[in-house]
Amino acid sequence: MRLHEYEAKEILSRYEIRIPEGGLATSLSRVREIATELHPPLMVKAQVLVSGRGKAGGILFANSPSEAETVAKRLLGAEIKASKVRFLLVEEKLSVKRELYFGVTVDRSNQCYVAMASSTGGMEIEEVAVAMPEKIIRFLIHPLDGFHSHDAVEIARKLGYSNGPRLKLAAILGKLYQVAMDYDGELVEMNPLVETVSGDFVAADARLIVDNNALYRHPELEKRLREQRTEASVLEMKARQKGLAYVKLEGNVGVIGNGAGLVMATLDTIQLHGGKPANFLDVGGGASMAKVAAALDIVFSDPEVSTIFVNILGGITRCDEVAKGILMKRKRSGFVKPIVIRLVGTNEEEGRRVLREAGVPVMDSMEDAAEKAVELAIRRG
Amino acid sequence: MGVIVGKNTRAIVQGITGTQGSFHTRLMLNYGTEIKAGVTPGRGGQQVCGVPVYDTVEEAAKVQDVDASIIFVPARFAANAAFESIENGLKTVVVVTEHIPVKESIQIIARAKRRGTTVVGPNTPGIIVPGECKLGIMPGHIFQQGVVGVASRSGTLTYEIAAGLTSAGLGQSTCIGLGGDPIVALGFVDTLKMFRDDKQTKAVVLIGEIGGNLEELAADFVSTEGYEKPVVSFIAGRTAPSGKRMGHAGAIIMGKAGTAKGKIEAFKQAGVDVAEKPGDVAKILIERLRK
Repeated sequence: MRLHEYEAKEILSRYEIRIPEGGLATSLSRVREIATELHPPLMVKAQVLVSGRGKAGGILFANSPSEAETVAKRLLGAEIKASKVRFLLVEEKLSVKRELYFGVTVDRSNQCYVAMASSTGGMEIEEVAVAMPEKIIRFLIHPLDGFHSHDAVEIARKLGYSNGPRLKLAAILGKLYQVAMDYDGELVEMNPLVETVSGDFVAADARLIVDNNALYRHPELEKRLREQRTEASVLEMKARQKGLAYVKLEGNVGVIGNGAGLVMATLDTIQLHGGKPANFLDVGGGASMAKVAAALDIVFSDPEVSTIFVNILGGITRCDEVAKGILMKRKRSGFVKPIVIRLVGTNEEEGRRVLREAGVPVMDSMEDAAEKAVELAIRRG
Repeated sequence: MGVIVGKNTRAIVQGITGTQGSFHTRLMLNYGTEIKAGVTPGRGGQQVCGVPVYDTVEEAAKVQDVDASIIFVPARFAANAAFESIENGLKTVVVVTEHIPVKESIQIIARAKRRGTTVVGPNTPGIIVPGECKLGIMPGHIFQQGVVGVASRSGTLTYEIAAGLTSAGLGQSTCIGLGGDPIVALGFVDTLKMFRDDKQTKAVVLIGEIGGNLEELAADFVSTEGYEKPVVSFIAGRTAPSGKRMGHAGAIIMGKAGTAKGKIEAFKQAGVDVAEKPGDVAKILIERLRK
């Protein structure tokens, strides 16, 4: 779960990491109020969960409260990369001496957390990693040792700092690691962490992505994720409520399958046959008939979908249960679009019998079924 | 003889009294796996499918001669369950549980390394040595004894490909589910090494997907060290968009990292065959083994 900049900054400031003076606004009058109490120049930042927000025009500058209101008017309610702007962060613009990058994230191949620092603050760290990898300091944090102030001091030294500033920076890095641990951060970063002309270090932008699997430890975030409508479509929300893994794509062949790998391979096979998948939907292992019917509801109700492909290879999932789910859906609202079903594996005979008796054809090869689904989709246009 | 487990494996089931635990204990016993004990705190003294249940791994290991564990414990308690098996000196720990926070998975793997325990998973369908031992949730009848070693990041897709191998007359030496999480204990490089040293294995199938760089590391390993046995791979997720989790917690492209395209190119450059469709894996393998 990715938090908004303002939320991430609130958390950092609770750990005594400095953030710019400012406040959050949802209305123009509030923007003006906040701006009046700040020292210009000011920044007005759209709070949207997309990358490349700045380049997409989501960060604007102002030299007075009235100008802040004018630029806020352009942002509030607008769409930045298809994400609607509901909140604005109004802040004092920092006087920058140097821009740094500080982050803590998960290193998948080394199976540990990694602290990262760079003197190239403000750039996307992935881009830095490609263009000038030598600029990134990576410190692998051994899980049984933890991250100690000595390690942080060393990183600050490598960035070229000494004495007081070095200790100041090291303390910030230590706190950032603490945030990562306390909030189950997949990624916590300050980019840039600004060294101001007056010698302070301030997190000018912050990002925090919390491990979804750890949300039970953060009930306040879990609640917000459930209610959050800004980043998920209606269908995605519905799928989440039913415990289905769903991702909307751009094509017209709706896909339902069991198992993430199999569903991904199904999408790929559709594309190989010249079709375009409309979605990824994994019903998971051992799905009940109700869950299968709910999955069909979601995919059928997508207006972009012209044909549906159900690809089930039963392991823990039982084919008879899937068959009943398919019939449950048909009874409820009929098949208003063509559906191709591939059903093999556990209790396959029973599942096929149930469908056959109801007049629903079933196939047994994934590739043949994918080809047929694509053919139907192309014919329907 | 398979890798990691085999006919001499004697296992504990942690979380044996739960729905999944008891269901799969029955299936594993039916397959012929030696399940010696079950563990569920507070349920000591009971039996599940004739298997005695203990409160702790320590107790079970004292009474029964065991060397492996399979974990069906809910995510919040799964790390503690794994620590228990690791600290009690079991050689192999298979973590089936999905949704374990990354912070805990990191700890499980670090502690296992310290104690010399082999962890499979988390979020794995388990491991099977056809005809000898099934420590997992995969449907046993799909697999057949043979010479192909399979390592995979996905469950059902492994069944799809294994079923294709079996019906083409290619049995398997061992099938290992690495797990669908971002952090898993075993990677493709580890399994390549195991299959290289295993006499029964004559060829290897690697089933990868988007996210992370386990496939790239394997490609690097094959091209720098060389590999005498044929390796065929399949990568799922060519059509996956960036920044979206495709079902598995670990199946996510971050920016431009972890794409199927990058993995496919890495394998091709290393001389590893890449199948376009799951059904092509068996076809390619038959050709390679004929040579």
